[in-house]
Amino acid sequence: MALELSPEDEAVLAGRDGPATAMALRIVADTARMLGADRLIDVASSHIDGCLYHGDSGTLFAERLLADGGRVKVPTTLNVGALDLVHPGRERLSPEQAGMARRLMAAYAGLGCRESWTCAPYQAGHRPALGQDVAWGESNAVVFCNSVLGARTNRYGDFLDICAAITGRAPRAGLHLPENRRATILIDASGLKPALVAQDAFYPVLGAWLGATVGDRVAAIDGLPPRLAEDRLKALGAAAASTGSVGLFHVVGVTPEAPDRATVFCGEPPEQVIRLEPAMLEAARRRLSTGTLPPDGKIDAVAIGSPHLSEAEIDALLAGLDGRRVAIPFYACTGRHVLDRLGDGRRAALDAAGVTLIADTCIVVTPILTAAAGLLITNSGKFAHYTPSTTGWDVLYGSLADCVESAVAGRLMRDEAIWR
Amino acid sequence: MKAEPILPGRAEGTVLRLDGPLSFWGGVDPYSGALTDPRSPHHGARIGGRVLMVPETRGSSSSSAVMLELLAAGLAPAAIVMGRLDAILGLGILVAREMGWHTIPLMVLPAADQAGFSDGERVAIAEDGTIERL
Repeated sequence: MALELSPEDEAVLAGRDGPATAMALRIVADTARMLGADRLIDVASSHIDGCLYHGDSGTLFAERLLADGGRVKVPTTLNVGALDLVHPGRERLSPEQAGMARRLMAAYAGLGCRESWTCAPYQAGHRPALGQDVAWGESNAVVFCNSVLGARTNRYGDFLDICAAITGRAPRAGLHLPENRRATILIDASGLKPALVAQDAFYPVLGAWLGATVGDRVAAIDGLPPRLAEDRLKALGAAAASTGSVGLFHVVGVTPEAPDRATVFCGEPPEQVIRLEPAMLEAARRRLSTGTLPPDGKIDAVAIGSPHLSEAEIDALLAGLDGRRVAIPFYACTGRHVLDRLGDGRRAALDAAGVTLIADTCIVVTPILTAAAGLLITNSGKFAHYTPSTTGWDVLYGSLADCVESAVAGRLMRDEAIWR
Repeated sequence: MKAEPILPGRAEGTVLRLDGPLSFWGGVDPYSGALTDPRSPHHGARIGGRVLMVPETRGSSSSSAVMLELLAAGLAPAAIVMGRLDAILGLGILVAREMGWHTIPLMVLPAADQAGFSDGERVAIAEDGTIERL
């Protein structure tokens, strides 16, 4: 199928809006051809993942767009960068790398993006409407945007996100099309124990299992409690988008496109039905841990906040700490949208407890951990998935309570009872 | 064997065939081209200059950035053959072309057909997607 461009698209490609917009639209159009799209559509907003430093090439690309007069056309937020601009010196980059990372972040700000620096833009006021077409990057942001908000985006890679933001255009393909948003796999969770499903720690494990099982297919999960907290859906999606290429999932009776089974399957029978058994989740949970515990049970650090902690998750951390102090490094990653709301009281309480707040970035995207290797515990499925390969550290997965108790004790304190 | 050319081009190299899914971000070190996931049997192998065959690509949307960095640094594979289309990797190659840097062919060949090739075999890829043993 040949890509049909609008007269407006042709004018932009011919250079009417300057070389940066022309280059951005060339990249959008070539991606559309790669995807087999028949035309481009307008998008209402963008979230940019390309502002994270992976090497000088990304900086040179962003600076080219800026030098050629690029400017975003739609409201655009920025994902994490490689630097904590709120707490300078947290990251252990060489001066050259830090310089290029700073230039990259400055270039994206210069293109007119909002300096949100968070992987949870949906909790920083960027919430497109149900059915709205947008162009988002960052796998967890994409899956949240599609699944929880019901807005429509594909899993846009770095660079397409900014090209879509500059042109306001994206390929008409994939999850922008209603027929591709229908569920094809039914996950029946009704056989799981209510006591397990009531735990926060269940959701990242469910997500890790989902991603590894369904890949990029659209699943509908049935049998979870109604009024599921947003932070649980966020944790589920982030894990699913790490172990698999999940861009959209539905929870029957919870997410906006799944009021009931018939609607989410468009009246057709599921292509596959999987009844969730405790053993499947147990296997997924085991895969989230790579570390073997030393005989003395000592662990080296705790990291939470992937995706970035919400205000409610910070409050849960403070409640768990209950005035106690941690005995090992404890990294809590969040965005400035949350820091701004914490106020002096909660900031002081975290400080007194010995918690290291990380903003604008996180421990798996930039070197923050002080040693080259160690054993870390996290309650994030995404951190658990990526920590070994991006930091060289081993990882253990546990609940928030496991993380807090282990941090206070300086050795692993994991309550396995909820999984039995 | 004939693959579907997504970004056509010619290439030659030895096969590096993975059995499991790969995320370029978090799975490939952009500074060396080494595979970094300790959970993978190919942990430590370098993808530079190889004909990389992956049944499925997964995970991060930053994979296009890692692809671009590998191309800019001369550490990219000679070609990538993936089991199913992943536009995120292709995007890194498109941007390299816009920047005037080296690019590589990108092909789709179902995982079952990839299994006919083994690690270390030397192959040539033609513009039309034909993969030939040398």
